Amino acid sequence: MKKPLTRDLRRCLGATSVLSELGDLRVYDCDGLTIEKRLPDAVVFPATTEQVAEVVRICSRHDAPIVARGAGTSLAGGCLPIGGGVVVMLTRMKRIIEVNVADRMALVEAGVLNLQLARALTGTGLHFAPDPSSQIACTIGGNVATNAGGPHTLKYGVTLNHVLGVEAVLGDGTVMQLGPLGDRAALDLTGVLVGSEGTLAIVTRVWIRLTPNPQDYRTLRVTFDSLDDASNAISDVIASGIVPAAMELMDQGILAAVDEAFQFGFPADAEAVVVIELDGPSVGLDEQRDRITEICNRHQAREILQASDAQQRALLWKCRKMAVGAVGRLSPSYCIQDGVVPRTKLPHIIRRITEISAKYSIRIVNVAHAGDGNIHPILLFDERDADQVQRALAAGKELLEDCIRCGGSVTAEHGIGIEKISLMESLFAPYDLKMMEKVRDAFNPGGGLGLGKVLPSPHAPTLLHAAVSIGDV
Amino acid sequence: MNSESLPITSDRNGRTTLQAAVRPELFLECVHCGLCTSSCPTFTELGDENVGPRGRIYLMRMITDGTLDALPTVRHHLDLCLDCRACESACPSGVHYGRIIEPFRLAMEEEKHRGIAGWDWFRTFVLFGLFPYAGRIRLAMKPVRLMQRLGLYDRFERLGLFKLIPGRLGQMATLVNPPVDQGPKLPSFLPAIGRRRARVAFFVGCVADAMFRHTHWATLRVLQQNGCDILLPEGQGCCGAIHFHAGSNSGARRLANTNVDAFRLDEIDAIIVNHAGCGAMLKEYGLHWQDDRRAQRQEFSEKVRDINEFLDQLGPVAPTGEIRAVVAYHDACHLRHGQQVIDPPRKLMELIPGLELRDLPESEVCCGSAGTYNLNQPEMADRLICRKVENIVSTGAQIVLASNAGCLLQIGREIRRQRLPIAVLHPMDLLDLSYRGEQPELPGHNGR
Repeated sequence: MKKPLTRDLRRCLGATSVLSELGDLRVYDCDGLTIEKRLPDAVVFPATTEQVAEVVRICSRHDAPIVARGAGTSLAGGCLPIGGGVVVMLTRMKRIIEVNVADRMALVEAGVLNLQLARALTGTGLHFAPDPSSQIACTIGGNVATNAGGPHTLKYGVTLNHVLGVEAVLGDGTVMQLGPLGDRAALDLTGVLVGSEGTLAIVTRVWIRLTPNPQDYRTLRVTFDSLDDASNAISDVIASGIVPAAMELMDQGILAAVDEAFQFGFPADAEAVVVIELDGPSVGLDEQRDRITEICNRHQAREILQASDAQQRALLWKCRKMAVGAVGRLSPSYCIQDGVVPRTKLPHIIRRITEISAKYSIRIVNVAHAGDGNIHPILLFDERDADQVQRALAAGKELLEDCIRCGGSVTAEHGIGIEKISLMESLFAPYDLKMMEKVRDAFNPGGGLGLGKVLPSPHAPTLLHAAVSIGDV
Repeated sequence: MNSESLPITSDRNGRTTLQAAVRPELFLECVHCGLCTSSCPTFTELGDENVGPRGRIYLMRMITDGTLDALPTVRHHLDLCLDCRACESACPSGVHYGRIIEPFRLAMEEEKHRGIAGWDWFRTFVLFGLFPYAGRIRLAMKPVRLMQRLGLYDRFERLGLFKLIPGRLGQMATLVNPPVDQGPKLPSFLPAIGRRRARVAFFVGCVADAMFRHTHWATLRVLQQNGCDILLPEGQGCCGAIHFHAGSNSGARRLANTNVDAFRLDEIDAIIVNHAGCGAMLKEYGLHWQDDRRAQRQEFSEKVRDINEFLDQLGPVAPTGEIRAVVAYHDACHLRHGQQVIDPPRKLMELIPGLELRDLPESEVCCGSAGTYNLNQPEMADRLICRKVENIVSTGAQIVLASNAGCLLQIGREIRRQRLPIAVLHPMDLLDLSYRGEQPELPGHNGR
């Protein structure tokens, strides 16, 4: 069964674009989430949409599941090859086909890096707004799959708001083009595909909406003695009606790691630092900054500093964006959660994180896109210690259930992947899930694309289910 | 997760075994986030996790854990690593990738070359027998130099006749730089010009001395101009990097100890080195071996400064000679990633009146030279140098600068091949010319 599959794949793509030996496959058994591992039967490197379509048809013939993979930075196991099958690497499809400055759009292949696009746009006065923290490595295809965000989501919106159309290969190997020009007469199928985590189609090309660069910035670093004050201040800034471009929270634990990495000089004894960025026309920025300063001072801010030049601003952002990776300085393994709460509940959920950390004796450090209520508690553990792993998973689950109770959600940008499938039933009514299944079956009739991902199914790994029984004892 | 000065584990015969080559703690620094992948030249070219830093660490970890055999395909993925350490600059967790891959490959090489079956003439005669000795390299280059004088070399190169020389020797022949006046033999002492500001010792090296003695002279004159007394200690030799990377641990240690013996540390403020590959090696003497001389090697390492770094710290005397040229600066991996020396060479070049320094796209990406990589992995090396030269051309530069012998040879060869009107120089060559009020020789069109 497997032999004919790889033979057909080789015939289609050539020998150098197919891996099927054990020694070549092992690195594909997980992504950024390392606690669950599955080995694929083959890994392929198509160079064109037509090749992707042919691979999908071959896999469908052999009844082999398919998972698309770009940079493999998923934190939710989105690239895990459930049930073996074929990993379709899009890393060799990385051409920027067109940048159209006048119409503010670009056409790129799915494997183009977010940063590669950012660099290509230097000097045009335009940019692609989603800037996830994995920006230096992640692909546009991955951004589309997870409907990725990033700090500047607060003002500019998520990937969906910046995708005009896609070219995609459906579950039966059909190539479909959606967009790039919106047609009011049609259903918004691009909107359906963005964020579907490879369970509906493999996106091969993306028409991107480009955003003009802001004229000016004010970037503040606000230090708080107490985490509670910091989250209250954030809540109040939003309530005041100001929409900063970004408002990011880092707590004491993560600050220590970041400071070791970049020697930024964060105060070691402060419980939180909030990075607030205002952007837009120069006129009015100073007034907004003054109002924010006033709100922060009302919440006992210890210190408010403003980045004085582009270099300082860049370093501050580097510290924030590299924060998660810097966790390796604190712990051998981590699991980063991706919860969402209404912004008024931010102080509550931050307090709950501290309680949950104590309850399970799992150290938790925090970064958060606090401005839009998106928290990223990072649970630290050692994956070689089974008990710690279970406690970390259980703590993560309790945390996300709390987000749901607050009226929030279990993911803002990382996706459901395999990690949070078991929470889907708490989040959605059975009928909602049924509808999603119907949509999936329409695009991906055999269910081979992204098998076992996102929606509850017999194929889905029981990652968090297992955690409950042990953690709650 | 402090992992300073971790030893390389050896078996009873002092040989490194593959499974024990790397201390397991070093692997735990990697949290598998994948942010490094895009910095890796081989991953960028091939798009395969197996040839990216995260994948390679994963492979070495599995072999160390005993969950994966060191299969030929796995060895190939590890061999294809340039050891450029760009991933270390990218890694937010501070993974010491070099300290993982270097001992691991050292063990792989030792294992491969054990016994008669593993004997490799190139390794014995060229890497270990020729490269570490400047005199022997000069001798070996005599035929090529003669060809160059007779004008035959150009014709050979254009007709592609060097391809008739098989394998790694053919690669080597094409790398030889064009003949220049290399200057006389280096003296044992040179005095500071003007007020004395420092007393330094100069590291001469092997390939650098044989092929870039003119750059050594330029560096020495620049040091003199900056008020430095310079000692050139007798008895020093190759830094040992070639041995270390080609799997001769004991050979590398012997050369390191020879150098440590040659320099009297209490007499000097710094040991100056002007090629990045040697500099990175010298700075890591203190890390590589655990024996009773480790502390001495550590003290030596602490005195080592790259010339760009040293001048920047000293506060350079501003050069006055105007040089009207457009230049691009290429970051040698072992300077930028290995030593984290990034701004100093750029700042020095900006001191030269009239010089326009343009940003080189992907300046931090390896040119494919990587020690002896271009001899062993010519295909990947070719892909990388083509990419590099394309970027250089895009800047419109007349001169491309690099602070490392390997890069200078590799970039120089491709520029000759494509007959581009671009000069390839060391930053010290240019700085020296400015101090002396002279102009660089710029090639005309067609690269001549």
